[in-house]
Amino acid sequence: MDYQLSEEQQLIVDNVRRFVKEEIIPLEENLDPDAGEIDPKDKQRLIAITKQMGLFGLGIPPEFGGPEISITTQTLIAFEIVQHRAGLYNPSFGAFGGAGLAQLFEATEAQKEKYLFPVLRGEKSSFFGLTEPSGGSDPGRAIQTRGVQDGDDWVLNGSKIFISGADQADFGILFARTSEDKGRNGITCFLIDSDMPGFNVRRVVHTLRSTKYATEIQIENLRVPKENILGEVNKGFAIASDRLARQRIPYAAGCVGVAIKAQQMAIEYSKLRETFGGVLASRQAIQWMIVDNEIDIRTSRHICLEAAQKADRGEDFRTEAAMAKLLGSEAGGRVVDRAMQIHGGYGMTKDLPLERWYREMRIRRIGEGPSEVQRLVMARNLIGGSFH
Amino acid sequence: MSIRLDKPFQVLNEENIKPIQGHLGVYQLAEPNGYVIYIGYAGGRSLFGLNSELKKELKQRDGKETLFRYEINMQYISRYEELLMLHQVDFGELPERVQKEHPHKVGRLTPLA
Repeated sequence: MDYQLSEEQQLIVDNVRRFVKEEIIPLEENLDPDAGEIDPKDKQRLIAITKQMGLFGLGIPPEFGGPEISITTQTLIAFEIVQHRAGLYNPSFGAFGGAGLAQLFEATEAQKEKYLFPVLRGEKSSFFGLTEPSGGSDPGRAIQTRGVQDGDDWVLNGSKIFISGADQADFGILFARTSEDKGRNGITCFLIDSDMPGFNVRRVVHTLRSTKYATEIQIENLRVPKENILGEVNKGFAIASDRLARQRIPYAAGCVGVAIKAQQMAIEYSKLRETFGGVLASRQAIQWMIVDNEIDIRTSRHICLEAAQKADRGEDFRTEAAMAKLLGSEAGGRVVDRAMQIHGGYGMTKDLPLERWYREMRIRRIGEGPSEVQRLVMARNLIGGSFH
Repeated sequence: MSIRLDKPFQVLNEENIKPIQGHLGVYQLAEPNGYVIYIGYAGGRSLFGLNSELKKELKQRDGKETLFRYEINMQYISRYEELLMLHQVDFGELPERVQKEHPHKVGRLTPLA
């Protein structure tokens, strides 16, 4: 497969790379090493630039105002916009926008008016409430939050954990079990306003990632009108599943982008740092680490682009997306780890972004479906059927 | 585990700051009656972590009697946000100095205790 970039793609990549170098990285010099936010005025200025570039709203379908670019080009952009300290979880501090909850594109017209359009205008923020204390890898069976119909309303009770942004969101998507079916066929997806009585954010869940923290939610007798059901009753799992598959390509591309930057830093440092009368780059031990990094980067980049191209062609890309997520997150972790080793003591410090990437990259092997689940998805697609 | 910072306050003076090392973490400043007037953190840009941040505070308080307490915490940003949210729950608003110096949207919490 040939991944020679078209002239247009190369131009876009060059522009995005310059934007990150000239606009994003200088802003980080004055921020705390763990910061995830920039001054809102700076963010508006950056958004004005990406709009001028015609690249604001990545992931948003063109009919809703997103740019008319392919998933492959979006993947190439995703490699670039993460290449700064906060990039893994705050790519370019949100300057390129994003689709947010992609499921809302399938919402009813009334739901789009109330939820989707305000998100696209930047007026509302949202959360995705799937994982529960009982598990996140197998949500179809793990969901214990219950939804019971009461007249025209549904009454929800339960709890969710590892939910990012729920404390600040105006609304969210929340999955609950609404039938006696213990598997995937009994899940319904609800749109929840965060000011609805019974919606409680109980605590911040502190993790390796200090910014973009997760929260724990408790839902007590939360009454939701039936108009707030997204999709159909008992068919919510397909909505969750679709989101997880779509998200895997940009998620993997983010890991690859950070790995590319870590590798650049490692090569540059290896040519400067001297030990025992020679630069690190002259030592075979270091050369092999750099080569292993490159192999990790190229293989994971290759699979990301293969998945994106299949998605662009309208083919089933689930196996490739799962492979990209698995490879990207695991290879990214190895590359950052080797880059730290090459940097020695400096690699451990907050002077450099490597220690932050190291912590955050570890989460990537679990977030959006752990490596083991990606293998399960691939096995299911390759062999066929579902095994228990 | 309490999510509030509820260890006892100490008087903010050089003697009490001296044993505190250059760790990263969060801290609160309070009036002598215990009312919290500021929440801050010692992050990766602090020269000597909590020690230097508290010394700066001591200088800034310029002799006004002040209490403080701190918590060593590598996840200082999320812990800082959590303390701000808890303050907002308990007192209905953020400390005035936080509003002035670090204006930003703080999340909503409804803690159990």
